[in-house]
Amino acid sequence: MNARYLPYVMILPVTLFLCVFFIYPFVLVAQQAFSVDGSWSLANFQEVVGYWKFPISMKNTLLLALAVVPVQVILALTMATMVTKMKTGRDIVLYIWTIPLGISDLAAGIIWLAIFEQSGFLNSMMHGLGMVDRPINFLTYQNPGIVFLAIALAEIWRATAIMLVILVAGMGLIPKEYYEAAEVFGASPWKRFLRITLPMLRPSLQTALILRVILAFEIFAVVQALGGTLFPVLMGSVYEYQFDLLNSGAAAAIALIILVISIGFTLLILRALRVPKGATI
Amino acid sequence: MSDVAAQTPRDTRSAGRFLYVAGVVFLVAWVLVPLYFLLINTLSSPDAVNSFPKSFIPEFDMGSLQFFAGFEGMLGALWNSAVVAAITMVISITISAPAGYALSRFHFPGKYLFRLLILLTRAFPLPLLALPLAVMFIRTGLDDTVFGLALVHTTLAIPFAVLITYSLFSGIPMELEEAAWTLGCTRVTAFTKVILPLILPGIAASAIFAFVISWNEVFAAAVLTIENRTLTAFLLQNLDTSPLHLKFAGGFILVVPALIFIFAVRKYLFAMWGIANR
Repeated sequence: MNARYLPYVMILPVTLFLCVFFIYPFVLVAQQAFSVDGSWSLANFQEVVGYWKFPISMKNTLLLALAVVPVQVILALTMATMVTKMKTGRDIVLYIWTIPLGISDLAAGIIWLAIFEQSGFLNSMMHGLGMVDRPINFLTYQNPGIVFLAIALAEIWRATAIMLVILVAGMGLIPKEYYEAAEVFGASPWKRFLRITLPMLRPSLQTALILRVILAFEIFAVVQALGGTLFPVLMGSVYEYQFDLLNSGAAAAIALIILVISIGFTLLILRALRVPKGATI
Repeated sequence: MSDVAAQTPRDTRSAGRFLYVAGVVFLVAWVLVPLYFLLINTLSSPDAVNSFPKSFIPEFDMGSLQFFAGFEGMLGALWNSAVVAAITMVISITISAPAGYALSRFHFPGKYLFRLLILLTRAFPLPLLALPLAVMFIRTGLDDTVFGLALVHTTLAIPFAVLITYSLFSGIPMELEEAAWTLGCTRVTAFTKVILPLILPGIAASAIFAFVISWNEVFAAAVLTIENRTLTAFLLQNLDTSPLHLKFAGGFILVVPALIFIFAVRKYLFAMWGIANR
């Protein structure tokens, strides 16, 4: 076969697949959101935005992302730095830290339910320490703070691993010479981290942040397992509209809103952490 | 790197050392302890799971797991999950690996555009696309089938599969292939005899990764299946009504394959992400 056409033949299957299952449905979802009974209309958006639950789910989703993602960045950076210094046991520690990577959000929600439910381990511990006589029901509407905390902890527990993997891989690409040079000039470990690791890690940080932020707006199963209806989030409303209310136009409208937020944040992160041309390793 | 620490006074150094070890231990416990709690609940009888206060040692009772296995529709859901994940794995690797190879070996007009398409796919809340696909599948008769769901999961797995195989192929020097050509191999035989044996473990790792992506996916599975629910969709649907021991046993069954698979691919995780970053 002519080598000129070979690469195109090789990328053709994926491209076709993505056209049918990614671009086409995307057009469909937009169409569905912007039309009522076949004619162009903004009624779906008016309906979902006007619904009393919408501002709450919007607020919850954003707050959760705001609380979770920065903690994950710091945690993942700390873990990655710890690992690079490690001499013995590096492999086993890395394996354990990356375990949550393979755990679904639903399972993570169930795992943290085992801790926070009324007969769960948190209550058992507090009982054992004599702090409470009777188990407290944490996950109720009287304790919105604890529901939020449980969901945030489950998310941090589960999804820091993906950042860790990206950051460890990124740190491995930073040439050792930079650190050696910095040491020669007497830079402290902290200074080396600030002046070498962080700037050189920018492309990895960018990837990690984009992935995490997008997934943070998609949060769904963790919330369902821990909060149920106590803590409405955007993705939960999509599910509700689609199934309980059988209103796929409204579901599509919220889906588009999530999409727009995700794209907006992606562009923001790309801009904030942009890598100067020619500055890659 | 630790040479600088030698200049600092000894007690600050050992204090820092202690803090470092304590931090590592704490973070290891942070990951493992919640998993251990789930294990306790799974290996306890339904009565023990619902009692208070809880024991911190499992009683090794299979009651919860038996209840899980006997629950109407559960084993079918488990089977569906495995089938969907297997189909996803096969399709995504079959169509992504050639693209990864093309990206690593050729410079061609449109390459940038193609990479953009892949990156765009990754930067999208993909499960949302299950909504319009639900309609499309009803028209084509793919609604509520494992194959239809596998197609959606493949879309989710493609960006990872393409970028990972791209990074794997990039790790094998072009010269190796060229040497095979000069020794009389064609493009195809050079690939099957030289590149394939080298790349196979990595391909297996990325296939496993695709399997896990599908196995864990909740939203699209819940939207697209009704009768043929996968395990995640089944558990999600019954969250309000199912007893605690069923949830925990289900969660445990969800976690176990993931634990094994991450263990199997652990060597590749970082290499795969190294180049996939760019």
